[in-house]
Amino acid sequence: MGLSKIWVFAEAVDGKVTPTTLEILTKARSLGDTVEVVYGGGDADAIAGQLGAYGATTVHSTGDLDGSLAGVPVASAIAAAVAAGIGPDAIVFATSYDGRDVVGRLSAKLDRTVSTNNVEIEVDGDALVVTEPIFGGATNIKTKLTGEGPFLVLVRPKSFVAEESGGGAAAVAALDVPEAGQAKIVERHVEERQGPALDEAAIVVSGGRGLGEAEKFALVEELAKLLKAAPGASRAIVDAGWVPYSYQVGQTGKVVKPTVYIAAGISGATQHMVGMKGSKNIIAINKDAEAPIFSVSDLGIVGDVHKVLPAVIEQLKARG
Amino acid sequence: MRGGHKNLGMNIVVCVKQIPDPAEPGALDPSDKTLKRDGKLILDESDSYGVEMALQLADSAGGGEVTLVSMAPNSEASGLRTALAMGAAKAILVSDPALGGSSALSTAKVLAAAIKKVEGADLVLTATESSDGYTGTIPEQLAELLGLPSVTFAKDIKIDGSTVKVDRQTDRGYDEVTSPLPAVVSVTAGVVEPRYPSFKGIMAAKSKPVDEVTLADLGIDPASVGWAGAGQEIVAVEEAPAREAGEIIEDDGTGAEKIIAFLDNLKVI
Repeated sequence: MGLSKIWVFAEAVDGKVTPTTLEILTKARSLGDTVEVVYGGGDADAIAGQLGAYGATTVHSTGDLDGSLAGVPVASAIAAAVAAGIGPDAIVFATSYDGRDVVGRLSAKLDRTVSTNNVEIEVDGDALVVTEPIFGGATNIKTKLTGEGPFLVLVRPKSFVAEESGGGAAAVAALDVPEAGQAKIVERHVEERQGPALDEAAIVVSGGRGLGEAEKFALVEELAKLLKAAPGASRAIVDAGWVPYSYQVGQTGKVVKPTVYIAAGISGATQHMVGMKGSKNIIAINKDAEAPIFSVSDLGIVGDVHKVLPAVIEQLKARG
Repeated sequence: MRGGHKNLGMNIVVCVKQIPDPAEPGALDPSDKTLKRDGKLILDESDSYGVEMALQLADSAGGGEVTLVSMAPNSEASGLRTALAMGAAKAILVSDPALGGSSALSTAKVLAAAIKKVEGADLVLTATESSDGYTGTIPEQLAELLGLPSVTFAKDIKIDGSTVKVDRQTDRGYDEVTSPLPAVVSVTAGVVEPRYPSFKGIMAAKSKPVDEVTLADLGIDPASVGWAGAGQEIVAVEEAPAREAGEIIEDDGTGAEKIIAFLDNLKVI
């Protein structure tokens, strides 16, 4: 079936493989006979079990990167493997910070285009057909990747559902790393966060320009806390400096698919909708009845967020 | 590329893109299914951050030139004039009809060739992605083609002699990253607040040089860029299934109750 060998660029945080990596591994199993992983880090042995459980048979590992950003060393290692004839037919990356870095460097080294922002990958004979949503998700473009491989594909988070294959631990194989990167991490800062991560929360409460001023975002934070939800934001208020970039939901922020997404004072620009349209239930509060957000909401309240949010908060508190 | 003379400040190249106004609905050219770019083009907002950052860094370094580099299938330059009005010194515009439909890699090849013509550039700034194509791969492709180190997703940049120190956005917060110069750095929206061009700036921009070059000037084979160079074939353009809207009600004071009832129904509270 399909392609002979697929590589998935795996990422892990503190010894735990990222959800997007597992989603892509699951999809890769339906695209090729052999699924292997390429990984930039010193703890391949620690994650080989998790990767194997989702279908990877081998982890090609660069070993510890000594603080180097992933882009240069991992891309050089993959390029060397391709040159040595042990490379795959396609390599799939998550649209993550490092995923984009590695695939970008690799693309220039191999002189191969990258197919970006895909939400679906299918097989057509021995070619891949990818699907990319454009115009805020209103239109889907299906593209067949032609020419010489390996095909380089970037996939959006939450495009696929992760499912175990029941495989045993993957074997770990060392990759030669011809180039060390010159950009080095000197210190890592983990932002303290209370409550669930934005892209993993069951409920997300997001605020936008309709809140009026930065101080009013406190209403969003308070409601999120009461609902044990994650607070989120539209790009407009991130750009305005009201909240950090890590709160941003949308095309250039996080993709979220919570059970409930509450959009307060958000008009629903396509750039934002792309990040939350997949939510199971959407509640929108906006004073403009024509706001595009109402075209996707399951419950739309045309009203003043400065009245509605405090009332919701009060009623939730009263329930105790 | 050689580093600039430190006692004369910093020379910085900023890659900028001119895009169709995002407020207008997008459209595909029916003949080749690429994004239509024949309407009014404006400076991509993502690039205003790079231009502002460059101006501030050059200023902190005691002077130096900010050069814009851009690519377009036509001679559109109004978006460039906006960046020149902010304070950039000059622009190089690679303009060639063969560039229509270019992939990110092709674009990076063209930009790299143009950047190589800028003398003494210490730093190349880009956005993390454009607001219309949002491929997000050009910064690294560019760095590879230029043979330079790179740091992406910068939310803060400081220059320390011949080193650049970047706070790089991560999923959990940020990493402090250092790199030798010259380097390519991509900046996130919100890394700085872009200035509004002053009237004086707008007037001065009219006579700042915009050097138009073609692919032939850069020694690039047209068959390797544009739609011809893409290695992809569009097989279908489909309307995505629309999400149906549910109840929409005017708040008459009971809006909050309705939200609570909705959440109750879902058993999430």
